[in-house]
Amino acid sequence: MTMAASPSISIAVVGSGGSGALTTGNSLLETACAAGWHGLLTRTLGPQIRGGEAAALIRLAAHPVECLPDQFDLLIGIDWLNAHRFGAEIKVGPQSLVISDPRGGEPPPMVAQSGARVVEIPMKDMAKSIPDGRPNMIALGIASRLLGFTAELVFAPIEKKLADKGPAAIEASRAAINVGFGAAATVEFDRHLAEPRPSTARRWLLSGNEAVALGAIRGGVRFAAAYPITPATEILEWLAPNLVKVGGVLLQAEDELAAINMIIGSSFGGTPSITATSGPGLSLMIEALGLATASEIPIVVVDVMRGGPSTGIPTKSEQTDLNIAIYGMHGDAPHLVLAPQSVSDCLFTTQWATYLAESLQAPAIVLSDQFMGQARVAIERPADVAFIGQRCTATEITGDYKRYAMTADGVSPMSIPGKRGGQYTADGLTHSERGLPTSGATDHLAQLDKRRDKLDGFNFGDHWASVEGTGEFAILTWGSLTSAAREAIERAAVDGIDVRLVAPRLLLPTLPEQLTAALKGVKRILVIEQTHGGQFHKYLRAHYDLPGSVRALNRPGPLPITAGEIHRAIADWRS
Amino acid sequence: MNAPLACKPADYKSEIKPIWCPGCGDYHVLMSFTRAFAQLGLPPEQIAVISGIGCSSRIPAYTNCYGFHGVHGRSLALAAGLKVTRPDLTVVVASGDGDGYSIGGNHFLHACRRNIDMTYVVMDNHIYGMTKGQPSPTTEPEFDTALSPGGTGVRPFHPLVVALASGANFIARCFSGEVNETADVLAEAIRHPGFSFVEILSPCVTFRPDEKNWKDQVHPASVGATADQGKAARRLMTDDGFNIGILYRGGRTPYRPAVAATNIDLSELEKDFEL
Ligand SMILES: Cc1ncc(C[n+]2csc(CCOP(=O)(O)OP(=O)(O)O)c2C)c(N)n1
Ligand code: SF4
Ligand SMILES: [Mg+2]
Repeated sequence: MTMAASPSISIAVVGSGGSGALTTGNSLLETACAAGWHGLLTRTLGPQIRGGEAAALIRLAAHPVECLPDQFDLLIGIDWLNAHRFGAEIKVGPQSLVISDPRGGEPPPMVAQSGARVVEIPMKDMAKSIPDGRPNMIALGIASRLLGFTAELVFAPIEKKLADKGPAAIEASRAAINVGFGAAATVEFDRHLAEPRPSTARRWLLSGNEAVALGAIRGGVRFAAAYPITPATEILEWLAPNLVKVGGVLLQAEDELAAINMIIGSSFGGTPSITATSGPGLSLMIEALGLATASEIPIVVVDVMRGGPSTGIPTKSEQTDLNIAIYGMHGDAPHLVLAPQSVSDCLFTTQWATYLAESLQAPAIVLSDQFMGQARVAIERPADVAFIGQRCTATEITGDYKRYAMTADGVSPMSIPGKRGGQYTADGLTHSERGLPTSGATDHLAQLDKRRDKLDGFNFGDHWASVEGTGEFAILTWGSLTSAAREAIERAAVDGIDVRLVAPRLLLPTLPEQLTAALKGVKRILVIEQTHGGQFHKYLRAHYDLPGSVRALNRPGPLPITAGEIHRAIADWRS
Repeated sequence: MNAPLACKPADYKSEIKPIWCPGCGDYHVLMSFTRAFAQLGLPPEQIAVISGIGCSSRIPAYTNCYGFHGVHGRSLALAAGLKVTRPDLTVVVASGDGDGYSIGGNHFLHACRRNIDMTYVVMDNHIYGMTKGQPSPTTEPEFDTALSPGGTGVRPFHPLVVALASGANFIARCFSGEVNETADVLAEAIRHPGFSFVEILSPCVTFRPDEKNWKDQVHPASVGATADQGKAARRLMTDDGFNIGILYRGGRTPYRPAVAATNIDLSELEKDFEL
């Protein structure tokens, strides 16, 4: 039986720590993308640094993909030692094929329950027959053969990766891949990928964290302060060598309190600045975010969200920092909160956030998440956009300089140290136009108004949200769930259901008029978010009028909300 | 363009009237600041005075320099970000014993260790002045306060020992009442490369009236300044807390991150990602 080509095929490779499951997955992704396909890889890890469980979740397709599949077509267990710990995150079904090593332990119960076909291949024993052979390379050979890749295609990325390990290591991998190829020859797998659409676009393979970092530099960032935290560290690690190349500096801070104060200091000195963290770090930064708001110092803080509260689930995704990002600060503290919607959008949104922070002299929080941050995706090279930080600085100073002068748009020309006659003291104390501390009602109100109005009065253009379609049924979502929602909407269209997508990229300031316009004519709204408490739903209720009837689909991490689930929720509500 | 100004201390003073109590030691510290700046002939716009929160931390706005009155305890971090991106500026950080040794204690250790070229001045009055008289890390264990009836019973912190152990490159103690001497030490601290730490005993006349006696208690250190950490450590062992003068002049190279030419094409950075 020959099957029609599949638009996408999904593969999960699992193994205990050190088994090399992630290398297998990354090699598959690189092979497919180099050959013109699109693909996405996310990883799911246990808490151990070494020796825990690891899984690479890969989706390959003929078209761009930015979300996980509902279930996996192929599951390879290099071993099953700890696979039960995240069995729930890797769904397989009766059509799935599972490759299992009889010496790698029992597949988790979900495999038997799913009715998936299990084929045993002794990857460990096969690897032993090759000098320095490794089971994960056997697994790579198996997967490649099943997907219809040629061996030569698979060797290329491996050779690149092992270039500095010498010819023996490369030979061992080649031999193991070949053995895997042979072992898969008799295994039936009735799916193959549709040919990629021919494209002349320059393509990149990168993670959301890398995209954030590049977006920051494109937006003009030249200073970063860093305190490591999962899953944000890669942003800082990419910036460390690359900022230097563009004349910038990265400083490792002693903690997040220092990191955010460092970027306030550098920005005060005139340098667009960034730091990146996750929930626990954002919690520590809140006081200084208020300082940046009050003293009108532009900064960008990227929060790559993970499961919370407290230490939570550092390695897994959630959207639960929305509340702290929006409401965390004491006092009335208008600021910017933005959220990218995909890996490629991480670049745009961070660049835009930098531009907005600089233009509006306000802190911007960028809410990414572990899924996007650590997913590697093939994308078309994002176009260069003109958002490059332009701060309104005080160039002509005559007479008494007023740092916080009332202006038509609420943005006051900022004097940068070194400028004669522009000396002032930036202050978190309530201040007058001149920046002098005051506790009077008039000055307090005037400056509160100014800081609110400069944000509310700004023209954010079309970038504030993704608004797609015209249906009377709308999905309201945000962040990385936008990609899953978009795919669900495509599937609903096949059923003849017209669903509109509304996903704000700008979460603060709120734009009630724009949202009302985006929802015009809508009768049903499905609000989708990865939280336990419905933070996004409550945020929408607090700031916007939602027309028609509203339902919520929300769940905390680590189980992703899939396109299939959203599609079902749409269909259920319709019937 | 920035030709030296007249360089009178008054040129470095703002017209703002300090909120300090009459007799507060911090008035003298402000005088020492402006005298030191005048001595160095620095244009006021090339100086940034960075502080946290406390009576002492009010000092930036009383100068005519650029200033940042930030949040409690984080001035050193803010100053580090400023100085590494603007090495052309003279950065002076002002703090108090609560701001600098308690809430900001961790940053103190790392600023000493990092050794960025800046001067850290702590106006130590052995009390939280601004919040009206609670014990600080340098308050004597028996000192009675509303928050510590009968005294804290806790051994005070020794800032100079910590600075020396953590790698500060210049360490001194001054007394606010000795305005000219303090100005001289501040000028030298600013000139000295790397992280300079100057603790200034500055009485809080309101919550520590006993500190009015400090003028009789302070005395020049019996041993002069040294470039030898071992000698400096031995001097600190016999320090009664009132030794005045420069303790240590180190020779460590200040931390200054390498900065490359700024004209590379950003598309260079994209090569990492190309398929
Ligand atoms: C986060 C935070 N906690 C507490 C305070 C309250 N507070 C203001 S100043 C201060 C202590 C200041 O003591 P010190 O640094 O010795 O300065 P002094 O007033 O004695 O000069 C405290 C606890 C604050 N402003 N911020
Ligand atoms: S309370 Fe003490 S430290 Fe504060 S201004 Fe008054 S005398 Fe100075
Ligand atoms: Mg004090």
